[in-house]
Amino acid sequence: MKREGVEVIFGYPGGQAIHIFDKLYDFPLKLILVRHEQAAAHAADGYARATGKVGVCLATSGPGATNLITGIANAYMDSIPMVAITGQVKSFLIGNDAFQEADVTGITRPITKHNYLVKDIKDLSRIVAEAFYIASTGRPGPVLIDIPADIQMQEYEFSWPESVEMRSYKPTLFGHPGQIKKAVKAIMRSKRPIIYAGGGVITSNGSAELREFAEKINAPVTLTLMGLGAFPAAHPLFLGMLGMHGTAYANYATMNADLIIAVGARFDDRVTGKLDTFAKNADIIHIDIDPSSISKNVAVDVPIVGDVKNVLGQLLEEIKKAPDTSEWLKVVDGWKKKHPLVYQYKGKINPQYVIEQINEVTQGSAIVCTEVGQHQMWAAQWYKALHPRSFISSGGLGTMGFGFPAAMGAKMGCPDKTVFDIAGDGSIQMNIQELATCVCNKIPVKVVILNNGYLGMVRQWQELFYKRRYSHTIMYNPDFVKVAEAYGGVGIRVTKKEEVRPAIEKAIATDNVVFIDIHVEPEENVYPMVPAGEAIDKMRGLA
Amino acid sequence: MRHTISVLVENKFGVLARVAGLFSARGYNISSLAVSETLDPDVSYMTIVVEAKDASVLEQVKKQLNKLIDIIKVTDFTRKDHVERELVLVKVVCTAKTKAKLESLVGRYDGSVIKCKDDIAIIEAVGEQAQVKQLLEDLSTFGVKELVRTGKIAVAY
Repeated sequence: MKREGVEVIFGYPGGQAIHIFDKLYDFPLKLILVRHEQAAAHAADGYARATGKVGVCLATSGPGATNLITGIANAYMDSIPMVAITGQVKSFLIGNDAFQEADVTGITRPITKHNYLVKDIKDLSRIVAEAFYIASTGRPGPVLIDIPADIQMQEYEFSWPESVEMRSYKPTLFGHPGQIKKAVKAIMRSKRPIIYAGGGVITSNGSAELREFAEKINAPVTLTLMGLGAFPAAHPLFLGMLGMHGTAYANYATMNADLIIAVGARFDDRVTGKLDTFAKNADIIHIDIDPSSISKNVAVDVPIVGDVKNVLGQLLEEIKKAPDTSEWLKVVDGWKKKHPLVYQYKGKINPQYVIEQINEVTQGSAIVCTEVGQHQMWAAQWYKALHPRSFISSGGLGTMGFGFPAAMGAKMGCPDKTVFDIAGDGSIQMNIQELATCVCNKIPVKVVILNNGYLGMVRQWQELFYKRRYSHTIMYNPDFVKVAEAYGGVGIRVTKKEEVRPAIEKAIATDNVVFIDIHVEPEENVYPMVPAGEAIDKMRGLA
Repeated sequence: MRHTISVLVENKFGVLARVAGLFSARGYNISSLAVSETLDPDVSYMTIVVEAKDASVLEQVKKQLNKLIDIIKVTDFTRKDHVERELVLVKVVCTAKTKAKLESLVGRYDGSVIKCKDDIAIIEAVGEQAQVKQLLEDLSTFGVKELVRTGKIAVAY
């Protein structure tokens, strides 16, 4: 792994991984000891998202491995390069219900890009090289290596493959020239184009190309949750996020466009809403490295399989003259002015205000991670990410408990950046034990808990669609300040609006993990909102 | 609609489970499956017959199959010129009185009676699925006791 440039591993020891941990005792590779294996997977994931490198986590067999599962599934859904290593019972005991045995390659088959059970020590270096290659190329994803304890003990002369060559795995990197020409024709014909870009832009490091492309064809840009940061939020062509909690103007522009250029995005149901109403009059160009993403949910007119950065480069070369979209941009600007993102002050602290303050203090230079729920959507709407890899959130799987360990991973990968986790009072309790990891390893992440005393997103649905029957969404919470302090971190409580900014500034200046427990308006809703299964221009809660 | 798909895969443990998993995860039942080595012993050839109501779901399954690391090539024979065969072994009641009749029936299908003992004959026959189906119908008058089929194998021109 050292050969693959690994600097840090997130892990937790156990009986069937003890030989690997013994080697790590004096091997020049840093291991961050987490307090729950799920956090190891999320931390490796956060590290990968923040740095673009492969994240690595390590656990023992059985329960150690099964605790990784949520984190592996999360990385799989969001196409994050990760290598997970698990100990396994001795190879001659496999299948015998041995102590701490689980069929981990079986369990992880549908949630990994690939997985391996090492049956011979001679295969190990090839498998490790293949795992890193598979995890980081094409559409990235997690790869798991399961190593039985007896194989861990065996010794073999180390050799490292110079390159990885696999006949059955060759990702397409460049777009087909014929398709590029078709796409250029469609772009030149279009009067109302929109670029809908996602996490693939960040994965392929194609943000600069995306910006150049948007400016060249004068098309407005909307991003998915996974794409935030891929295009600077302050850019005049930027429309914010689209979909269920997207901006009104992004959704109107998408629904009224005559051409949608989908770039590294996959037409998720949270983006398209009711499928048969989605952008009915638009031609669709879809650029994606994964052929199985194309025409999966929405029929595509011009599919282009290839790496986003390369394909955008190819398109930029082919497009000689900029199409005239000035009328369209005026219309879009009209929507922008008419339906801006807003919130109403009702006496208590608005959660949106907190995000605005974080944005102002950091000027978009921080890395913001989130958990999953209302706070996540407020962060997506109100934090104006300027750079790729600066907004880190669980998109596909929607994993509560992701943000805090992901923030640890991001901070380990980018020690010079201020790293926030924007959390809810529900989500933070799903991996709150990682306070210990942060204190012991001096990982000073800043956790902002938007504490409304509810599982807010579900409560919002219950309010709107279940007659305010708040079934099991009222949270009894511990004193988060005391919890942070008990672990050796710093806790700050905020109950007044004027305390918000000083608390954020104090947290940034503190060289320790900080919990800011902010008591916000309890029944604030995330708006705009498209009810699940409806057309995305049927928004509620517009200004 | 019934689809016949061939999949060329790396001959490694776990590959069959990966392939089967893509069908089962979508609630698809595999009607038949035949796997064997090819000229290259590192490569196996699978012929899968699957009933798919929704063509777009099957299209997605094929793309997902192509995405699996150990899969080398996926071919759908639905609109392709191809040859397909299936082998059946049937145990049929066969008495001294019916033996001649049975032999002539099986002969018409290019099959043969492999063994005849204690009033039970074991018959083998090879053919396209329609032929096999017809043979089994004709045999039913004799009394079929047991039936084993290999599932379809197919190869493109």
